[in-house]
Amino acid sequence: MVIQSMNLKEKVISALKDVKDPEIASVSILDLGMIEDVEEREGSVLIKALPTFVGCPALHIIERDVKQAACAVEGVKEVHVEFVYTPAWTTDRITEEGKERLKEFGIAPPPANHVMGEPWCIDCPYCGSSYVTMENIFGPTACRSILYCKSCKNPFEAMKPVADMN
Amino acid sequence: MTGETLNQQEKTALKELIYQLADDDFILAYRGSEWLGLAPHIEEDVAFSSINQDMMGHASMYYHLLEDLGEGEADRIAHLRKPEEFRNAILLERVNGSGTYLDKPDYDWAFAVVRNYFYAVHKHIRLESLRMSSYEPLANAAKKIMTEQYYHLMHWDIWFKQLLMSTEDAKHRMLSAVDRVWRDFGGVLTLGPFYGEIVKAGLIEDEPLLKKRWLNRIEKVFSETGITVPGEPLIESGNGRKGEHTPDLAEALSTLSEVYATNPASGW
Repeated sequence: MVIQSMNLKEKVISALKDVKDPEIASVSILDLGMIEDVEEREGSVLIKALPTFVGCPALHIIERDVKQAACAVEGVKEVHVEFVYTPAWTTDRITEEGKERLKEFGIAPPPANHVMGEPWCIDCPYCGSSYVTMENIFGPTACRSILYCKSCKNPFEAMKPVADMN
Repeated sequence: MTGETLNQQEKTALKELIYQLADDDFILAYRGSEWLGLAPHIEEDVAFSSINQDMMGHASMYYHLLEDLGEGEADRIAHLRKPEEFRNAILLERVNGSGTYLDKPDYDWAFAVVRNYFYAVHKHIRLESLRMSSYEPLANAAKKIMTEQYYHLMHWDIWFKQLLMSTEDAKHRMLSAVDRVWRDFGGVLTLGPFYGEIVKAGLIEDEPLLKKRWLNRIEKVFSETGITVPGEPLIESGNGRKGEHTPDLAEALSTLSEVYATNPASGW
């Protein structure tokens, strides 16, 4: 059995796969690259998470869900969740799985290795066409923009690229 | 530098600087939030709300830095200080126009665009410098904030240029907003009475240098849109960095902190 051979830290990480972004129900926070580190010592777990956008109102919900998921792991005695800003979260942290799940939800994933200031190519998550127009760079949440596909006539959202500006 | 390695003088300078950064974002985000439902079109309502939410997040991040420096809980710092303890520039606390959100709001969109655009340019320049701050937690915060502010600056840049180059009426309103903002903008560009200590501790670059960068940038945009710079930006109504404010601030704070002041157990 795989589960038995996992240590406690790995079990906690595995449990975090079930914690979804409250605003994007198909994507786990793990796939969004929000988990920076999990430390475990004698059943006490410290989870360091990176907020996507600083003012994200979902952070309290994420904190609660992460705690609940980690506490449910057998052998875990206490859990602390800490939001940290180093390293800064960038959209390059989103996994391939995460990008696929974003598309399922109707959100175009951000391009990999984006350089801020350069043009940003977005393909429609429904039909793959690049014949799209930006309706509003700001969307229903801080991390998303609103677009329209001229090919399949679907409105859709795209996740804004966020790259390190060093 | 970290919190432990700072001497007393550096620590005071650091706190003064962070109060300025936090209060600037805090009060302008509040003024922006009063536009909700009143912006020129629905896309702008969505965009402006996002920007204000981000900015409020930035303020909160700075208040947490102050909490780490022993200034008390972040929520208390934001909500329970007296107006004279605020360090924001006066320009940023000014009302959006006549009336209130609930009663005949007659807000000035040109003023909103100019104030936010000039501030966004300055904020960008300030963050560029803070990224190299000697106080590491501040440098890290600046790097994070910058990735979001990038989109704000882009947004206001478009509004500013397009309104100035559209109809005569728009241009006229924009020019009078520029005049008005100019009379206060010196207050945004100053680092206040602790300026010397702030710069000496390597927390941010020199005030005249940052001011010059802002002016160069604005001059360039002005020449693209065919308008002239009206001389040095002024501080006509007082220096917010010294705790001098208009009655607009007291009014805003009492509305904004009403819930928290009634019951501090309520989350922000």
